[in-house]
Amino acid sequence: MNVAVPTQKLKPNDFASDQEVRWCPGCGDYAILKAVQRTLPDLDVAKEKYVFVSGIGCSSRFPYYMSTYGFHTIHGRAPAFATGIKITNPDLDVWLVTGDGDGFSIGGNHMLHVLRRNVDMQILLCNNEIYGLTKGQYSPTSGEGLRTPSSPTGSVDSPLKPLVFALGSGARFVARGYDTQKNLPDVFKRAHAHKGTSLVEILQNCIVYNDAVFDDVLARDVAADKQIHVEHGKPLIFGTDKNKGIRMNTKTLTLEVVTVGENGITEEDILVHDETNKALATMLAEMDGPDLPVALGVLYCNPSATYEQAVESQMAEAKAKSSAPSLDALLREGHTWEL
Amino acid sequence: MNELNIKADSVADNRTAVPSVVIRFAGDSGDGIQITGSRFTDTTALAGNDLATFPDFPAEIRAPVGTTFGVSAFQINFGARSIETHGDEPDVLVALNPAALMVNIARLRKGGSIIVDTGSFNARNLKKAGYETNPLEDGSLDGYKILEVDVSKNVLEAVKEFGLSQKEGLRCKNFWVLGLVYWIYGRDRKDTIDWLRAKFAKRPDIADANIAALNAGHIFGEAAELSDSVGLFSVGKAEMKPGLYRTVTGGEALAWGLVAGSQLAGLEAFFGSYPITPASPILHSLAKLKQFGVKTFQAEDEIAAICSAIGASYAGALGITSSSGPGIALKGEAIGLAISTELPLVIVNSQRAGPSTGLPTKTEQSDLYQSVYGRNGDAPLVVLAAHGPSDCFEVAIEACRLATKYMTPVMLLTDGYIGNAAEPWLIPTIADREPFTVEQRTDPEGYEPFNRNPETLARPWAVPGTPGLEHRIGGIEKADGSGHISYEPANHQTMTDLRRNKILGIARDIPEQKPEQGESTGKLAVIGWGSTYGPISRAVSNKLKEGKSVAQIHLRHLWPLPANLGDLLKGYDTVIVPEMNDGQLKTVLRDQYLIDARPVTKVTGQPFKITEIEDAIDFALEN
Repeated sequence: MNVAVPTQKLKPNDFASDQEVRWCPGCGDYAILKAVQRTLPDLDVAKEKYVFVSGIGCSSRFPYYMSTYGFHTIHGRAPAFATGIKITNPDLDVWLVTGDGDGFSIGGNHMLHVLRRNVDMQILLCNNEIYGLTKGQYSPTSGEGLRTPSSPTGSVDSPLKPLVFALGSGARFVARGYDTQKNLPDVFKRAHAHKGTSLVEILQNCIVYNDAVFDDVLARDVAADKQIHVEHGKPLIFGTDKNKGIRMNTKTLTLEVVTVGENGITEEDILVHDETNKALATMLAEMDGPDLPVALGVLYCNPSATYEQAVESQMAEAKAKSSAPSLDALLREGHTWEL
Repeated sequence: MNELNIKADSVADNRTAVPSVVIRFAGDSGDGIQITGSRFTDTTALAGNDLATFPDFPAEIRAPVGTTFGVSAFQINFGARSIETHGDEPDVLVALNPAALMVNIARLRKGGSIIVDTGSFNARNLKKAGYETNPLEDGSLDGYKILEVDVSKNVLEAVKEFGLSQKEGLRCKNFWVLGLVYWIYGRDRKDTIDWLRAKFAKRPDIADANIAALNAGHIFGEAAELSDSVGLFSVGKAEMKPGLYRTVTGGEALAWGLVAGSQLAGLEAFFGSYPITPASPILHSLAKLKQFGVKTFQAEDEIAAICSAIGASYAGALGITSSSGPGIALKGEAIGLAISTELPLVIVNSQRAGPSTGLPTKTEQSDLYQSVYGRNGDAPLVVLAAHGPSDCFEVAIEACRLATKYMTPVMLLTDGYIGNAAEPWLIPTIADREPFTVEQRTDPEGYEPFNRNPETLARPWAVPGTPGLEHRIGGIEKADGSGHISYEPANHQTMTDLRRNKILGIARDIPEQKPEQGESTGKLAVIGWGSTYGPISRAVSNKLKEGKSVAQIHLRHLWPLPANLGDLLKGYDTVIVPEMNDGQLKTVLRDQYLIDARPVTKVTGQPFKITEIEDAIDFALEN
């Protein structure tokens, strides 16, 4: 019997388990864990409904540090477990924590399919562009030329852009943030509010094997000019002086950075963010220096029916239409004979 | 359609009564051979015969017409006595083209009958089949009784009033032949006609044409003097337990058994699967059973299929997955997780010939090692095997019972032969069965994820959504009791012991092994598992009739083995193990009991013949 116990509002610490956190000191995952623990008390969900699912890797230890239901599964397959959980009990609030290797290398196939199916869950991708737990090999998101134990002369792999992959797979919600971002819980709340698969890419620093890999975007002195925080309905403006903007070059069908007040550019020329526009979202997701800033915030949110809803409605329809009230009755339908 | 009212039996005074007959229908894979076989099966069952069937079709969906590798066949053994196998040697071969004759003639009993469609024996088809001369003319079929009919011409004549194209008309060939065979065995056409009407309810012209073909074949038989060539026969009703029957394939019985098992456990069933030959029919069957709360999920691959099922079990349903050997190999890591997290799971393996892709449509039982041993680490689980189509129902229920009672994955072995073969089935009543309702944990008092039931050693099943039982599980070794991550050396020993003892303890919860037939001590035990049941059973009963000291032992529980099996086997001078692999159960028996179990193996993709087992029995008794 599940009894709803009226409780006072939980606090972030109520979501911390009694297990000692064992990430390296200074790992970006600590900040992400805190951000999640700050998010959950504000959601209107009973604690026992939360399920955290993960695969294998540093970030996949996440469920052990939450005091919710948690399932630490096998490498790359968390989306498949999460899908089974959500189809079985659509009332559960499913969160999936993965990394760039877990989610986009060994688990790339499952990521593709969970996104296109639109199973209602939040996927938190801790992207540190490196394999941490196996001691520092290059990952599918590592930059070309990265020297690691498995690429001593530099990686020759072309890096994958997770959000572009997600949009190409049919994702209905993609967002981006970074580990120490103050308003990361707000991004998580948006992801949670979206019914369907919500993918949040979190740029996460690996202090041991890939330290400062995002400094060209996140360092305090460059942040204003290298990041753009997108908001639905607002012009795509950024920069220290808030005078840089993103414009669509209609001849090349590409985005470009312009400065308001220069060369006759006015705010009218700047694109307004429309988070339901997939083409725009894809171009924003692609932006990755050196001339264009990295887009942060909700790049795309365009809800559609969820997978588990479709399953439930087919189940209800089959029950309503069934000619046999029981399996016993079904076995006696069709060709039978008495001896 | 007055002829329908004529009861064939009543006009056939010149029929020879025979106890059983084996017919093999063969033709191009586009000729509708499997439909012909299944219609003949239903009619045979309605006539009160016992029967066993063997659909034998190519891996190619539509191989080039007329080639030997495009030949599809369906064999049925039916009789007025108990039927255990689809028959060693057909008495009758129906060959709708030269390739079908080429591929199947060697199987036919010496002196058996052949019905051929001469319309398809043209130079082109003969060449495609690899004949240099026409076997109907060169004397190579001397010694057989041959009925040569231009089926193609006859069928086109019979259906011409329906305005079908020549191609559509020729598609009715199989029903023309079926009509003829029905006449030969004095069978009623009504059931087939009803089936055609229902099947082609939206194309009454196609239904009418096939019915006309069926009737024309029958009329042809009535007019021809068949008693001088292939003969006319009657096969009486078999002695069978009274009750309501239907025919069932292994695939259907398994699907229904899984639903029945989940209902008896009081759980919803979740079936995650990925299409693979020959396991797909289970997915197809279960996808049609949504009204009973069965959720089916066609996953993106084999791994996702099992992972979704484990996720479903974690969330409180009975997770089930299904595949064949190559797919089971892909699932191996996830099976290990289910063992480590001690979640219930049913894994169905419809075995096929391997290794690798092997022979996808051919039967084999060579995944026993994979089932018992095939994972990293010490990873014990329960292994069960079904021995025939209807037995799949019982074994599926047993799999659900053990998976939920012991919080363990259960591997259920069937094979391509069992899955596709059909037999008459005394329909069970699920409402009369004793439920084994699962109690999921709800009480937070004293809850620990790995605090075990002292009797079964099963851990409590606490399902997300239950207040106060929030906990974490995963594939890292867990501390006994608390379930927290533990790298303690002694704890890993403890947990490994517990996982082993939990599974071995199930031997106390399964029936003692008894011989199927013969005495419980003696000169020779023939021990088998799975689909070799039919030929072993018949061979042993034949030898018992000859007065030989032989017994049949057939295993349903392959891991853990029945508690008394070692003692039982030690009561025989010799133990032989017929199996369709290179000697896998033999190895397990030697390992477990240090006995000289002797292999009798066959891996041709074809089931054992009764005579092969009889020969093995004779050899073992003489040596």
